Amino acid sequence: MIFLYAFLVGGAICLIGQLLLDIFKWTPAHLVVIFVVLGAVLDVFGLYDRLIDFAGAGASVPITSFGHSLLHGAMSEGHQHGYLGIAIGIFKLTSAGITSAILFGFLVALLFKPKG
Amino acid sequence: MSQVRKQTWRFDHPIYIAATGTVVGPLEAQGPLSGHFDKAYKTLDCGEKTWVEAERALMRRAISFCLAKAGKAEGDMDLFLAGDLMDQTVTSNFIARENRIPFLGMFGACSTSMETLAQSAQLVDSGFAKNVLCAVSSHNATAERQFRYPTEYGGPSNPTQTFTVTGAGAAIVTREKGKVRIREATIGRVIDWGMGDPNNMGTAMAPAAADTIWTHFQDTGRTPEDYDMIVTGDLSSVGSPILNELLIEKGLDITRVHQDSGLMIYSPEQPVNAGGSGCACSAVVTYGYLFKRLAEGSLKRIFVVATGALLNSSTTKQKDTIPCIAHGVVLESAKEET
Amino acid sequence: MLNDPKNYSENVKAFQPRIPYVKNSLKAFLVGGLICLFGQFLETFYIHFFHFTKQSAGNPTVATLILIATLMTGFGIYDKLARFAGAGSIVPVTGFANTITSAALEHKSEGIVLGIATNLFSLAGAVIVFGVVSAAVLGIIRLFIEKAF
Repeated sequence: MIFLYAFLVGGAICLIGQLLLDIFKWTPAHLVVIFVVLGAVLDVFGLYDRLIDFAGAGASVPITSFGHSLLHGAMSEGHQHGYLGIAIGIFKLTSAGITSAILFGFLVALLFKPKG
Repeated sequence: MSQVRKQTWRFDHPIYIAATGTVVGPLEAQGPLSGHFDKAYKTLDCGEKTWVEAERALMRRAISFCLAKAGKAEGDMDLFLAGDLMDQTVTSNFIARENRIPFLGMFGACSTSMETLAQSAQLVDSGFAKNVLCAVSSHNATAERQFRYPTEYGGPSNPTQTFTVTGAGAAIVTREKGKVRIREATIGRVIDWGMGDPNNMGTAMAPAAADTIWTHFQDTGRTPEDYDMIVTGDLSSVGSPILNELLIEKGLDITRVHQDSGLMIYSPEQPVNAGGSGCACSAVVTYGYLFKRLAEGSLKRIFVVATGALLNSSTTKQKDTIPCIAHGVVLESAKEET
Repeated sequence: MLNDPKNYSENVKAFQPRIPYVKNSLKAFLVGGLICLFGQFLETFYIHFFHFTKQSAGNPTVATLILIATLMTGFGIYDKLARFAGAGSIVPVTGFANTITSAALEHKSEGIVLGIATNLFSLAGAVIVFGVVSAAVLGIIRLFIEKAF
């Protein structure tokens, strides 16, 4: 069942994004920025965790989960070290994503040529 | 040269286009005008390392075809007038570095094609130059990279968006008798009616085209029936009906003779959204297809109005609206004169 | 009356092509959904065969998706997918990888340091800036409230 929910929820998040692009003529940059902030906001109330429990990758693959993970990491250290912990922990959970994006992006740029 | 009212020049001497050269990229070669270009590159990079070098290759080849057809060398040219869409018109500057012809760089965005042609004709008419070489180029990838997104990014497509033509066009303007004559030129004013969407140039530029066409008919006293074709630069499928409506409201109906080079160069099935744009769009259509039709006499008199959106990528982000311009040149068949 | 410079942007709306909202949304839904579905397969795979927990399986899943996306950008496939799918390929984490790779690749001609490295985050940087700023602000507020009560 998780597979079906992953498809439906992930698709629905993208569908909302497409409507925002088409109706409000947002740029892709505005869209992802607002989705990231939205993910963080939803995490404050613990809502995003419930969505991940329900839809798995359908909620963890869209960029909204980036905001959620940033806040999650910040809070886990924040609970231990106070306000300074927020700065310590903010990249704790997203490290894999950012590191792989930088590493693979750099290597691909070195090896390939833009095709247009 | 004499001035017919404020914006239109009528050339005193017979001014001719001695020869033209046109080069296009792979997508343009699949379009309906494919047989009318001197060369079509099979790949977008034109065999070069970078996009900017590819665009330079386009202009370089267009010029060499043009010179060869006219039987002239670079040294025979008194002036080189060129422009393109790159920052500081680097393509033109770098070609001028190679050919060593005295150079005047020009910029009118996509209207540069007719801006350089009109200016060349004026210089030849006034006697300051005998032979003037004019050229423009645009390249889809260099324009995407500069104005929109990286070429591999794939920004979302929009039905009002135009597709920058990959190509270059060159022409030699001279007093020596040729098959196509430049009769008049109408210089446009900058018009901005408050459109700010960089993905909707057709709508932004239509009032500029309408202003230049309207002024041209006021200045010359002609009617649309005097022309076999009125070809606009790159208004696309969005801007063309707006242009026609703007003029009909003022009592000038050009729908019967109007065509848009952005719609002529691609077929509707090609993935170009609203149509083609870019300096090369009007240039390759005019110097490739229309030049042949005029030379063989199947077109007698045409009015080519190249339109340009005078923006850069920062001004739109700063929420500025888009100033637009259109320059027109009247070309006539000189077949019967010979 | 179209010949009215002040109200042109309003009056010209009748001449604008219609945006195919339904078609675009369906394409975004389908492609976005399929990317997430593929992500779910990866996650399940990592849980079953590499003994990741449900919480930690997200890391290798995201890394794998990013690797695939950067390669697709390199081979010139992702831009075609993006033109078809719109938000369907922008919103998933693969779109994040595409912004990084395409910007770096585009500026390769300017060198490894000034071209690739400098431009790596020219598009994607905004996501990280807004993500970090919003998470930090929200984190501070939440911590403050938790401590106060």
